[in-house]
Amino acid sequence: MRKPSVPPRDPSTPLRSAQDDREPMNFKLKIWRQRDAKSRGKLVNYDIRDISPDTSFLEMLDILNEHLIRTGGEPVAFDSDCREGICGTCSLTVNGEAHGPDHPGAVCELYMRKFRDGETITVEPFRVGAFPIIKDLVVDRSSLDRIVQAGGFISARAGSAPEANSILVSKYDADLAMEAAACIGCGACAAACPNASAMLFAAAKVSHLSFLPQGAPERQRRVLKMVHVMDEQGFGNCTNTYECEAVCPAKISASFIAKLNREYARAQFRQRLGE
Amino acid sequence: MIGTLDPKIPPGPLDQKWRNHQDHSRLVSPNNRRKLEIIVVGSGLAGGSAAATFGELGYRVKCFCFQDSPRRAHSIAAQGGINAAKNYQNDGDSVYRLFYDTIKGGDFRSREANVYRLAEIANNIIDQCVAQGVPFAREYSGYLANRSFGGAQVSRTFYARGQTGQQLLLGCYQALCRQVASGTVQMLPYTEMLDLVIVNGQAKGIITRNLRSGKMERHAADAVVLASGGYGNVFYLSTNARGSNVTATYRAYKRGALFANPSFTQIHPTCIPVTGDYQSKLTLMSESLRNDGRVWVPKRREDRFKPPHEIPEADRDYYLERKYPSYGNLAPRDISSRAAKEVCDEGRGVGPGGRGVYLDFADSIKRLGVETIRERYGNLFHVYKKITGEDAYKVPMRIYPAVHYTMGGLWVDYDLMTNVPGLFVIGEANFSDHGANRLGASALMQGLADGYFVIPNTLPNYLAGQMGKRPSPESPEFEQAEQSVRARLEKLLKVNGTRSTDSFHRELGLLLWDKCGMARNQQGLREALRKIPELRAEFWRDVRVPGDEEDYNQSLERAGRVADFLEFAELMCIDALERDESAGAHFREEHQTPDGEALRDDESHAAVFAWEFQGDGHPPKLHREQLHFETVHLAQRSYK
Repeated sequence: MRKPSVPPRDPSTPLRSAQDDREPMNFKLKIWRQRDAKSRGKLVNYDIRDISPDTSFLEMLDILNEHLIRTGGEPVAFDSDCREGICGTCSLTVNGEAHGPDHPGAVCELYMRKFRDGETITVEPFRVGAFPIIKDLVVDRSSLDRIVQAGGFISARAGSAPEANSILVSKYDADLAMEAAACIGCGACAAACPNASAMLFAAAKVSHLSFLPQGAPERQRRVLKMVHVMDEQGFGNCTNTYECEAVCPAKISASFIAKLNREYARAQFRQRLGE
Repeated sequence: MIGTLDPKIPPGPLDQKWRNHQDHSRLVSPNNRRKLEIIVVGSGLAGGSAAATFGELGYRVKCFCFQDSPRRAHSIAAQGGINAAKNYQNDGDSVYRLFYDTIKGGDFRSREANVYRLAEIANNIIDQCVAQGVPFAREYSGYLANRSFGGAQVSRTFYARGQTGQQLLLGCYQALCRQVASGTVQMLPYTEMLDLVIVNGQAKGIITRNLRSGKMERHAADAVVLASGGYGNVFYLSTNARGSNVTATYRAYKRGALFANPSFTQIHPTCIPVTGDYQSKLTLMSESLRNDGRVWVPKRREDRFKPPHEIPEADRDYYLERKYPSYGNLAPRDISSRAAKEVCDEGRGVGPGGRGVYLDFADSIKRLGVETIRERYGNLFHVYKKITGEDAYKVPMRIYPAVHYTMGGLWVDYDLMTNVPGLFVIGEANFSDHGANRLGASALMQGLADGYFVIPNTLPNYLAGQMGKRPSPESPEFEQAEQSVRARLEKLLKVNGTRSTDSFHRELGLLLWDKCGMARNQQGLREALRKIPELRAEFWRDVRVPGDEEDYNQSLERAGRVADFLEFAELMCIDALERDESAGAHFREEHQTPDGEALRDDESHAAVFAWEFQGDGHPPKLHREQLHFETVHLAQRSYK
């Protein structure tokens, strides 16, 4: 006998509200399927029915996968982890937009109530040369780690730190640093950029650390090395299209790119002076 | 037969134990460090900081994470803050007070010596993180700002907006990146530990699977450090990330490491309530919100469908303020969660299904202005709106308790070493510091204390005797472990049944939430212990895991983790049944005070319960570590 796929409801978990008369929704999905890095991929059509408007986009994909598993198909591979917009793992392009239509927010924070019943939704991976596709919707973003490894840190060995309040940071600078540091490292900026540039990502890290007095001794070397590795990884250049800012789930301002450019020019100038 | 355990707590007065211990521990000289290899499993606050620090010290380190980058570890989602006894507010804080609050918060079920060390080190953590460039909140003067958290009457919590975990993790990720660049740390992302290898009674390596290629790998080392986080996902719905799992620690348990207090799980009072059958996770709304939000439900059941603004002040029950006047809305998590369950059980819960209470900011907005509230909690209000579609600046948030953290974990001694020599466990993965309930803003503190300051000072004590003893990964122990891992994966793929892994996981979660959640009783636990093996048997009969072993196969990853949860759940219930008292988050309905608070039994339960695996199908063996309280006086925990 076939077992029901969903266990009986526990009485302690809530039922849907009696006042909630919103109808379940149906969608046509076009999803990018690609066996591995070397294979050719293509968009495959799926119909999905009876989705509550309160379902998240990724939960909708979970439901599709459950169905595929039950009916002998192969589930769609996609990345996600925290599902609350902070870990930066999820990385989908929905209807051509990195993280989908509900900005600012990662695609794990996108809910089906943002779509129309019957809508056709196209789901693709982040398309960036420096993010090779691993399978279906999953891409390899280790190039972002390599940018940070190039110098996106303050070298403070455990044990060598002075008393915390001996380093004063004005609230203004601390707030600016925090705004830049909020980057979740998802790579949507590069995915949205027509040049596949990771400038917003690099700018956020360079800005965060150069606003703070702690970062000063490494300021020059940091920006030169990070920009060098960013280019080496195959990311494109910035031509100020602001697409990155528009899709950034952490609302990182493109003005940090100007900050990066200033830091870079300053560092180059000082390097030429032999400093 | 019940064994007893020796935690190897150093002699001397409480406030000198750690110093004395460091003075007398063995060291490894710098030229020998580069000959020693350390495996670190996990790259969150504990694992990341440990791996970075070992690298700084000159050891050769391999750090593993199942995510695509160490920056994704679930520590990143911690919101509210990190405690330290800096006493910057001049409000009477001290190392002793942080220690005492943590011991009391844990309902007197943690080790004095460990907790005291944690409180001592907390100040160093803040220094370290500031030096790394963590952008903590500042006052206009440029000094560090603080806020309050549950279970404390001082303001000792340091924070970076609502993203403290993110900023601390990025600090430690960046330190790790620096070591990766310098070549001391080899980072292995997309890699999952599937077994522990023990050679001559010592932990000397692990078997991993590369999740991208599906390839099995053997890694030999001189010591193994597990920092693989908690097991809250055994409940299916929790605030944990989707990938968080028990596999690394459970595999170590099956190789002989003791699992301590597995039933101690924290249910966090302020989470967004469950909405649908297919919900994949629950989202936390930081405890820091209780600094400015007031928790209430209607006094009368019939008012629960009314819009909140139509319920006048006199008809509202601010039940935390009423029941716990001295801590009010900042009562500890276990107590706040049970209080929420109680009012909802009485039929006064709000929102869909009646499983919710209000967290209301109207008074604070009136007092401080909407801008201040936005500055403090803007990102949380934003997340809340995304998920519920409601604007918490205008209507009160609805919240309900959800599984959040696990105090239980592998048993470790004072050096954070398990009963298996060479196997160390740090962060949420061990059991050591939070007793039966963890206070807010102390998980980040423990993870970083263990990684930056404790284990770099205790591991050498073991490593000093291990020069030249690293086995070859070709040795028979590695071969045997790899074969058993392979056999298990093949077995999972071969079942070829009809049900998805998730459907079993959901069923297990509902059962545990009902029988081993916020309240437990003997009858319910017995029932769970009957049903879990049945569910497990059905899993192995009817699960369908598509795809191949040597491939990127997310279904296989999940199936392996859920198979372990299906075994581990039984251990949790055995522990909850054996602990015939209430303590902190472990609320046995048979043991409560007349006003419904947890009633401890210090006479026979002031102990750690550590379980030893005895083979599949055999009940585990219980070892007890008696808890000795030399400094604090055991008291009925009161927040009234």
